[in-house]
Amino acid sequence: MMDFTLYNYVLSGNCYKIRLMAALLGVEYRTRAVNFYPGFEHKSEEMLALNPAGTLPILTTGDVVLTETNAMLAWLALNHDPTGKWFPAADPVLGPEVQNWLAFSSRLTNSAGLARLHAILQWPVDPEAVGKSALKDLRELELYLTDRVFDGRTWLVGEHPTIADIACFPYVALSPDAGLEHDGHPAIRNWLYAVRSLPGFVTMPGIHELHELRETADG
Amino acid sequence: MSFDHAKNDWYAVADAAALKAGPYRTKLLGQDVIVSGSLEKPDVRDADGNPLPVQAQFSHVWTTLGDKPRPLFPIPEGDEEGRVLVPCGVVRVKCSPLRAVENFLDIAHFPFVHTDILGTEDRPEVVPYKAEIREDVDEVWATQVKFFQPQAAKSAEGGIVTEYEYRVPAPTTAVLYKTCPPKPDSLDVIAIFVQPRSEEECDVWPWMALYDEGSTYAELVQFQQEIFLQDRSILENQRPIKLPLDPKMEIPTRADMTSIAYRRWLKRRGATYGAMLVSA
Repeated sequence: MMDFTLYNYVLSGNCYKIRLMAALLGVEYRTRAVNFYPGFEHKSEEMLALNPAGTLPILTTGDVVLTETNAMLAWLALNHDPTGKWFPAADPVLGPEVQNWLAFSSRLTNSAGLARLHAILQWPVDPEAVGKSALKDLRELELYLTDRVFDGRTWLVGEHPTIADIACFPYVALSPDAGLEHDGHPAIRNWLYAVRSLPGFVTMPGIHELHELRETADG
Repeated sequence: MSFDHAKNDWYAVADAAALKAGPYRTKLLGQDVIVSGSLEKPDVRDADGNPLPVQAQFSHVWTTLGDKPRPLFPIPEGDEEGRVLVPCGVVRVKCSPLRAVENFLDIAHFPFVHTDILGTEDRPEVVPYKAEIREDVDEVWATQVKFFQPQAAKSAEGGIVTEYEYRVPAPTTAVLYKTCPPKPDSLDVIAIFVQPRSEEECDVWPWMALYDEGSTYAELVQFQQEIFLQDRSILENQRPIKLPLDPKMEIPTRADMTSIAYRRWLKRRGATYGAMLVSA
């Protein structure tokens, strides 16, 4: 049974967050391809009727229409993760921390995400300004993850990967698309490896499979 | 000089979507050009406002900077009744325009870069095929290329052994003909028109002419974009950035026969914009 419909664009990092989370939780869904580029179909009348913000992805299930990526991640975790570990919403410490990193992921969309859209598809933004704020966001994340490594932790929050990791992962992993390499960010590289080695991980263009660990993961 | 050869080829510089928002500024061979009008009535000018030669072909606007341009090659399949023409927009890649073409001609990377779409890692073998420079048309051709593909096209249901032919009709254009899953006696046509912005950066316009009645336009475009974007990060990391034409510089294998023919053909015609002749 298909649990939801994803209005999807294959090159969108935000759409990928939903595809990745669904794959990690083993949730089946149907996709409706939206011609984001070059068609700008997300701004068509039909799409605006569904999502007045004119953004992707859109998730529909029954009568529910979700238009915010972080809300979709929350929906997936709260409805399809019986362990409750992917989104410890009610935990007084971890819950707010997850929310904090979900907000950070939106900053990444507007910095590293836009820098990438400009580099690949000539998106009309100031490349210098978005590049600068992307670098600032990456450094902030690098510093935090370095502290986490010193504390013996792998994930952004708590002891288990959460929707916060999935929300922050794509635009960090894709930053080399905009010439923002990971070489100077060892803690980020480490964390990207950890996400890519999760069982059920799926790729998108620009994010490759972890070939070197595959044998270990399978065996 | 490499520019002097390159300026007399035609290049795709816009499609209908690019012109929708008004005049479209871009770069060709290091020079600013402005494209305006529509696909039906295109206009291309240089930075000083002087008109440049223009024609509309294969869903794109083409121009040239030279005064003795070589004729633009034909792609007759584009006019065949029943084919869907699919311009896929433009993708910018920081790589030599020639490397973009060479990558498009390569099949050996399918299982590793286009995993579970154009190849699978347990069937990576490239069986011998034929590559040649066809003197009568002065084009590079590779024929009898066969490869097992789990998802050869949007229209494919399950894995098939796909037959390919590759054609390089101009230094920055590659056309491939491949088995059309729903119409086995016909060939799908997929091309990339590479617009060299400089010797180390290009805008790539993928274009398809397919028989496919079952897929939406959005699905067809995304299928192609997904594959091309899988190549993009690889292309941007190739070193040296310019394509080496010195045969001593890289060691080819049998699977690289098309690439060998392509490099030889570039060298002999003097198409060295984006290439390096001797090792640096």
